[in-house]
Amino acid sequence: MTEVANKTDEVTCTIDGIEISVPKGTLVIRAAEQLGIQIPKFCDHPLLDPVGACRQCMVDVTDDGRGRPMPKPQASCTITCMPGMQIETGHVSAKAEKAQAGMLEFLLMNHPLDCPICDKGGECPLQNQSLSNGAAESRYDGVKRTFPKPINVSKQILLDRERCVLCARCTRFSEQISGDPFIALVERGALQQVGFYEDQPYNSYFSGNTIQICPVGALTSAKYRFRSRPFDLKSQVTTCEHCASGCELRVDQRRSEVLRRYAGDAPEVNEEWNCDKGRFGFEYGRGEDRITRPLIREGDVLRPASWPEAINAAVRGLQQAGAAGDHPYGVLTGGRLTVEDAYAYAKFARVALGTNNIDFRSRPHTPEESAFLAQAVAGTGLGTSYADLEHAATVLLVDLEPEDESPMVFLRLRKAYRKNRTRVFTLAPYASAGTRKMGGTVLPTVPGTEADVLDHLDPTEVPLDANSVVLVGERAATSPGALTAVLDLVHRTGAKLAWVPRRAGDRGAIEAGCLPNLLPGGRPVTDAAARVDVRAAWGTDALPSTPGRDGDQILAAVAAGELKALVVAGVEPADLRAPATALAALENVDFLISLETRISEVTARADVVFPVSLFEEREGTFLDWEGRERPVHPAVPTTQVMSDLRVLAALADALGTDLGIRSAAEARTELAELGVWAGARPDAPNAAPLQQVRPGPGEAILASWRELIDDSRGTDHAGELLATARPTVIRMNLDMANGLRDGSPIKVAWGEGQITLSLEIASDMVDGVVWVPRHPLSRGTEHASLGRLGAINGELVRIWTDETDPAFPAGGNEGDPR
Amino acid sequence: MSAFQSHFEVSGGVDMTDTSTNITAETVEEIREIAARYPQARSALLPALHLVQSVDGRISPAGIEVCADILELSTAEVSGVATFYTMYKRKPVGKHLVGVCTTALCAIMGGDHVLAALQEHLGIGNDETTADGQITLEHIECNAACDYAPVMMVNWEFFDYMTPHSAIELVDALVADNPVASPRGAEITSWRAAERVLAGFPDGRADEGPTAGDASLLGLRIAREHGWSAPVPNVAADNQTEEAAQ
Amino acid sequence: MTDLLTPVLSANWDIDRAWTLAVYEKNGGYRALRKALEMAPDDIVGAVKDAGLRGRGGAGFPTGVKWSFLPKDNPNPRYIVVNADESEPGTCKDMPLLMASPHTLVEGLIISSFAVNAHTSFIYVRGEVLHITRRLQQAVSEAYAKGYLGRNILGSGFDLDIIVHAGAGAYICGEETALLDSLEGRRGQPRLRPPFPAVAGVYASPTVVNNVESIASVPSIIDNGEAWFASMGTEKSKGMTIYSLSGHVANPGQFEAPMGITLRQLLEVSGGMRAGHQLKFFTPGGSSTPLLTAEHLDMPLDYEGPMAQGSILGTKALQCFDETTSVVRSTLRFVEFYKHESCGKCTPCREGTWWLVQLLARLEAGQGVEGDIEKLLDLCDNIGGRSFCALADGAVACVTSAIKHFRDEFEQGYHTPAWELFPYEKNCLFEAAPMKVGAH
Repeated sequence: MTEVANKTDEVTCTIDGIEISVPKGTLVIRAAEQLGIQIPKFCDHPLLDPVGACRQCMVDVTDDGRGRPMPKPQASCTITCMPGMQIETGHVSAKAEKAQAGMLEFLLMNHPLDCPICDKGGECPLQNQSLSNGAAESRYDGVKRTFPKPINVSKQILLDRERCVLCARCTRFSEQISGDPFIALVERGALQQVGFYEDQPYNSYFSGNTIQICPVGALTSAKYRFRSRPFDLKSQVTTCEHCASGCELRVDQRRSEVLRRYAGDAPEVNEEWNCDKGRFGFEYGRGEDRITRPLIREGDVLRPASWPEAINAAVRGLQQAGAAGDHPYGVLTGGRLTVEDAYAYAKFARVALGTNNIDFRSRPHTPEESAFLAQAVAGTGLGTSYADLEHAATVLLVDLEPEDESPMVFLRLRKAYRKNRTRVFTLAPYASAGTRKMGGTVLPTVPGTEADVLDHLDPTEVPLDANSVVLVGERAATSPGALTAVLDLVHRTGAKLAWVPRRAGDRGAIEAGCLPNLLPGGRPVTDAAARVDVRAAWGTDALPSTPGRDGDQILAAVAAGELKALVVAGVEPADLRAPATALAALENVDFLISLETRISEVTARADVVFPVSLFEEREGTFLDWEGRERPVHPAVPTTQVMSDLRVLAALADALGTDLGIRSAAEARTELAELGVWAGARPDAPNAAPLQQVRPGPGEAILASWRELIDDSRGTDHAGELLATARPTVIRMNLDMANGLRDGSPIKVAWGEGQITLSLEIASDMVDGVVWVPRHPLSRGTEHASLGRLGAINGELVRIWTDETDPAFPAGGNEGDPR
Repeated sequence: MSAFQSHFEVSGGVDMTDTSTNITAETVEEIREIAARYPQARSALLPALHLVQSVDGRISPAGIEVCADILELSTAEVSGVATFYTMYKRKPVGKHLVGVCTTALCAIMGGDHVLAALQEHLGIGNDETTADGQITLEHIECNAACDYAPVMMVNWEFFDYMTPHSAIELVDALVADNPVASPRGAEITSWRAAERVLAGFPDGRADEGPTAGDASLLGLRIAREHGWSAPVPNVAADNQTEEAAQ
Repeated sequence: MTDLLTPVLSANWDIDRAWTLAVYEKNGGYRALRKALEMAPDDIVGAVKDAGLRGRGGAGFPTGVKWSFLPKDNPNPRYIVVNADESEPGTCKDMPLLMASPHTLVEGLIISSFAVNAHTSFIYVRGEVLHITRRLQQAVSEAYAKGYLGRNILGSGFDLDIIVHAGAGAYICGEETALLDSLEGRRGQPRLRPPFPAVAGVYASPTVVNNVESIASVPSIIDNGEAWFASMGTEKSKGMTIYSLSGHVANPGQFEAPMGITLRQLLEVSGGMRAGHQLKFFTPGGSSTPLLTAEHLDMPLDYEGPMAQGSILGTKALQCFDETTSVVRSTLRFVEFYKHESCGKCTPCREGTWWLVQLLARLEAGQGVEGDIEKLLDLCDNIGGRSFCALADGAVACVTSAIKHFRDEFEQGYHTPAWELFPYEKNCLFEAAPMKVGAH
């Protein structure tokens, strides 16, 4: 955040003879950097609290601003500019230069000088600064300090203590930025080192950042270690595909293979951080399940086919299905698409298939949510921003667990809490680790009763005004009346609102028109003027004018025989509300076209499968949760496989319709020309809260969300990353556990299945509620009978244990179950 | 100095291969009690680790974990503290911890000779424990008793003006479990018992031992001999105070 | 003219059971507290200022002025932390005071807390002094029982809790910000300043950190008046203080005298160097203060005297070494101490002391290489004033002052072991066999 400084709060000082005015409190090293004067440094990092540990950035203060020289050289990372101060860096002052060279000699005396075999060699601040600021030869002829090496501080992160210069960037990052102090300085003096506790390894969602900010080669990743030299890499700046945080990435590839991903420098979005899923989850497209040729069904098998043959088969299937009725089609697009690809689907559905039956929501959703998105999200552009979070007095979270569901939102809220004393409130059944790290206050909420809690918020307890932000997550969709109540609340209080979806493509899909009630730019399909806009832009005579079916309704209509053909992209049926029903619909639909990167439960049931390019090969744009455009660029050359947009254009051609766009650039231009809807916004939803479900004996209400690192196809082949996932547990309070201890195996069952998890007591869990991860990984539990959790947040599940404890679970309303 | 130690094979944390512990619910309760003494619970970490040593004879993994749990810290943070301070021991300490000061002044005045004599007599090196588990020997840094040099400490009680001969007599008495009292302290109990006092649980021995050792009194004795004293304060002011006191 | 020795703080050290509340009170103890509770807190601060009491921990900052730095508008509670982490080599004045008369400190701390309006105060005592910890614990407990601590002290409406906190072995915790981190249950590493402890000390609240002797001097100032205190000492260094004499002297011990006594006077009254030996060098105030020689015997031991000779008064810990001592050996052993006690936070101290020890060790062994002395001095230049706190400055001071006064001994380290030049057994206070190097 750069803020326009009030002139009266500026101080003017001189560095190496150049005058500079900076805001009061600016560190000398920052001011020097603004002038382009480089001062060598290791511990200093603009986003970490100053520490003054390495003493490398020594400068000579020839006038402290009161006419006196400072006798000793000063660390420029810890002194602030004062009016009239005269500072000389090592470029000018022999005193500063000697102090800097002396410090480098100290830092190198115990360093192994193993640059030729070090990952950091070639991009190492220690190496670079030794060359620019150090002496050619060391005078040290003593015995070097040595340690066994390297040690695994986690399965993903390795530590070489001999290379470490003890700048404490990593330990300060873990403590200050992410709040996961699982690495710490241990021992003391010459033996001081970065350490961890063996039984609590550095399993943080943000651990990879420490590798990136390490100014030497002390921290390396199991993934990249010894894989490449920096000068062999080609870099591309792009945007992460794993969630809607919108992190800028720097993707490094060698010989067209991505070898690593670093966080990009985007101060307004991810600052200089990213999460480990975004950093290490990039090999999912490298398995044998990658599809590179079209497939068409012959009886029970899919066989490779040529592109013309596959397109012909698709056209034939769509036409046959279409003969059965009035545009009996549905399109399900999932959340991985760029805005441009999503736009292609939105246009294809309307122009080529003549239907509004399109939905990107490959997760539980409701008509209430459709109305909410149309009213409050679509076409609103860049709204509530990261900066708004950082400077808000109060932030209220509704059905959102930022650390799991939008990690950069979490980091920014933690920063707001640490730096600006922002108060975070969350409607949640218990205080998660993430909530505690944001200094958050839980407003105890049984899943499903959010509307009631929101309607009865005490303004003295949770003060909301124009300087507040309400963040609502995608789970709110399934809590009846919650989104209605959220809109009431923000209208009542004047608080800013943002909807924070999980998937990278979700916000863009709304703008592109991948909803049954919305055309591109947030235009209501029912509004004649809106349709006129779109017809003009698309050069088409007719657009369907009645709202289409949403995702659940599309699948239901398939089951009812009302829809005959589906086009599906990027959908994992397990993510849907009723996976079994969805699979049955996909199985039974007359004709199923799948556009996919990899074999999936959808391709297995498809009649025609079109391969599409991987994210790393694509050009386009994501919209992050703020509504900010985040550019996507191909990191590796595109193979023979095309993007969704190109496939749809070819398919439209073969159907005798011109999609009118052939590239992401053309789609972007057309969407921009169309602009956003300026007419009347659709009505807000008006859904009633549900009567609270009360669990009976042996029952509990489920609280559940996706953890950041869980059973996701996006992290396939990222073994070390998955090894850092959180243990798979079921959480409940002490009363419900009724004497069972942590680690006891608990069975959770719902309509279609059951899983077993280890108990973890959460003493503050709302009574009657259990928390279970939505897609648990089987790792980290001795009770590995895991599958996908079929029930969703707010539903009733049955819980019991096979251990001899008839009293478990305690509670329930209908008397003693014994 | 025998050799300059530069390779640190075992460092960075406590001994995770030995998971034994004597920590009980009572210990946990006492750590909570320590935490309650302070405006902020984290301040209890140093005394809590002293308590862990009094129970387990070292900083045990269980001790690290229980402190982390009660004080809401990560185990890495507790480990960082436990490995910073020299009084925290990662190997089991014998019944008595015997330290010989070898900082410059004590070393020069005989501390080096005392330590060498003890090492030879006990057959152990620095930071090692006798086979019978009675004595752990270490060299220590300045213990703030330079006027009694060379100084030794047994379970952090002072032993003054040591010689190789008196040092050997002292450890022999300790090995034999004979009663030993510090010339400026109490009767020697055990290192674990001492650690419990440092954790803030008094052992009732404060009234043992003298008010001061002879060196501490030297200046006072000379002053008394010469009739020297501080100036006599203003008498009027003195009277006022006495009235106020009554 | 005041007497040569002026026992005040040490006046009751020869009384039986002086550490108990009953005996302390019988000898005038807690009279000052009663008087202080009748005073306006600001008047107590004023009295301590006017008395001219300066910090007895080494820095010599005026105590009353330090108290007045506490911000008036800070809503957080205030704290006083007594630095009883006496660890500077040579320094041994606070421990006998705490053992003989812990109530002197407790009374001083209650008065001081009342003066600055602190309701919780801490005594951070180094952990390696068991019996002193016992006596402090007991003294505080007795003070509670007598109503000198707790709620509504002596009906004054003033509340105070004192917590005795034992450290765990770290010299650096004598540095006030490291002490605060340690008190908060952290690694004792110095903090960045600003903010200074007066603004954000323990628990990020306004905090005063004072040495034991400074706080223990407060009751006498209140009891006898600031003019009485200021009548002792020199112009800028007021009052009585405790000097610690150790090393190759005939009679080591503690001497309470007005500020400004000389080492020659102390040696004269105590019996001089050990029989048949002469003073070679001494530290005026612990190992961190540049060493001085016999030519400085008449230097006044006040804050200004050693400063004029390029040294520092420090803790008034006079470690005296005679002509049998190898300066190379003593320097090595002092620097080994700093290496051992370096907290590791900053580069020059952590790495520099590691390097210095290796150079000094080979000079001690007579295996120095031509140029080692220049290298030592240049390393000291690269360490001194560049480190995060003053610990490494102390290490540097040992080396540079030793080379300044005894450069020829270091040069002999290029060819002859120190134990041949200065047989170590001759240093000992007892009959000893020859020894080459330290045993550890």
